[in-house]
Amino acid sequence: MGLLTPDPGLVIWMIIIFGVVFFVLAKYGFPVIIKMVEDRKAYIDNSLKAAHEANEQLANVKKESDKILIKAREEQARILKEASETRDHIIKEAQEKAIAEGQRLMEEVKKQIETEKESAIRDIRRQVAVLSVDIAEKIMRNKLSDSKEQEELINRMLDEMIESSKK
Amino acid sequence: MKKLRYIGVVLLLVCMTGLAMAQSVDSTEDGIVANAESTESDVDVNELVFGHIGDAYEWHIATFGNTIVSIPLPVIVHSSTGWHVFSSSHLEEGASYEGLYIAHGGTYDGKIVEKNAAGEEIRPLDISITKNVLGLFINSAILLIVMMSCVRWYKKHSIEDGAPKGGVGMIEATVMSIYNDVIKACVGEDYKRYAPFLLTAFFFVLMNNLMGLIPIFPGGANVTGNIAITMVLALITFFLTNFYGTKAYWKDIFWPQVPMWLKVPVPMMPVIEFFGIFTKPFALMIRLFANIMAGHAAILSLVAIIFITVKAGAVINGSMTVVAVAFGIFMEALEILVAFIQAYVFTMLSAVFIGLSRVKEHKAD
Repeated sequence: MGLLTPDPGLVIWMIIIFGVVFFVLAKYGFPVIIKMVEDRKAYIDNSLKAAHEANEQLANVKKESDKILIKAREEQARILKEASETRDHIIKEAQEKAIAEGQRLMEEVKKQIETEKESAIRDIRRQVAVLSVDIAEKIMRNKLSDSKEQEELINRMLDEMIESSKK
Repeated sequence: MKKLRYIGVVLLLVCMTGLAMAQSVDSTEDGIVANAESTESDVDVNELVFGHIGDAYEWHIATFGNTIVSIPLPVIVHSSTGWHVFSSSHLEEGASYEGLYIAHGGTYDGKIVEKNAAGEEIRPLDISITKNVLGLFINSAILLIVMMSCVRWYKKHSIEDGAPKGGVGMIEATVMSIYNDVIKACVGEDYKRYAPFLLTAFFFVLMNNLMGLIPIFPGGANVTGNIAITMVLALITFFLTNFYGTKAYWKDIFWPQVPMWLKVPVPMMPVIEFFGIFTKPFALMIRLFANIMAGHAAILSLVAIIFITVKAGAVINGSMTVVAVAFGIFMEALEILVAFIQAYVFTMLSAVFIGLSRVKEHKAD
């Protein structure tokens, strides 16, 4: 039976036809398809990676902005606190200064009052002395109108002086 | 649901036609009885089946009564009298032309022969465009058109356009599944060198298998069910396997890692391994040939049932027609599956054999 014996003519044609088909497909067919598919695969992979990176970056940016925001808030709080502290400090200082100044002024005023008081007292004393001398002069003039009395007074005064010098 | 109903209607119509035909035969039985003897002898199932699955010098399409509709094909023969190129219509009905005729019986049954001086039939160098050769041409042309139109799509589009849809997408998916799952997986390291052949073999076999299932011209040539075709394919695998075999591959054949008494003094394993070199591609050749040939033979035999049972009466003929058509549809569907499976198996086994010949020196354990 001819079914199991290969026909040489058919073998020759098969080699030629398969050769041509193989040549065309191997050169212009499959490499194009495979290359395209592999390029596409690489492209998709790259895109995925890029998307992933972008996502990560976005997350980073968000994290960063959150961090910055928190920092800003902290700074704000700190500045506010500092400002209030400074304010308090200034007020306190001013108060202290005012009190000190007040005290100083008071003291000065007191001192002045004292000196003025003293000078007034001195003045009064002087005037009292002058007045008393005048009064004494007048009394003396009246009393020492006779010589006896004058002598008596001189003696008494001398005695007193002696006595005081003895002491 | 709609599709199911559609298929049901078609099946019913087919069955009805079969019954109607049987009925018409029944009604004109009296008229036919006279030449029933001659028609019965005409149905030679053996010739019908093997005529269709074999090669031929013309492409037979149909026979209506006594008129044979066929496409005559060019005969190209180099005989003792030089080159002869003529149409096969000159050789119809056993006619002789330029000393050449188609042998009936004998060693060269159905082939073009000439008579030598001693009166014996001898076979000249015959490179005629036979039915299978024309089938090969047509199928290869279709394959090239299909693949090249796909390639054109790739040339016209850039990567950013994304994956193709429709037919191109189907071809791409098939190419990549063979490339990744069969070639890359089975060949191993340098699969890229063998990918073009294996892919070509797959699509070549698949296209020829599928075209063979179409019953009328331009399909129907039993190309991959012809041993010459599968032999060439298997030989290419054989050469690829053995010409690029590594040192480890040859060592595994002539000095395999088996107990010493299997190698010396009687080299049992080396002999078995050595025969393995030839049996592997031989199995490839026979597997594809036998599967496709058997599929064609099964479908043809089922169709032949209709014509054989004509003489058994209208009722049997009608019911057998229904059975034959049902089984025919089943077989045809099965053959579509087989067409793919055999192409896949051929590619996979070729890849495995090539992969085996590319083994690296493995460590003795």
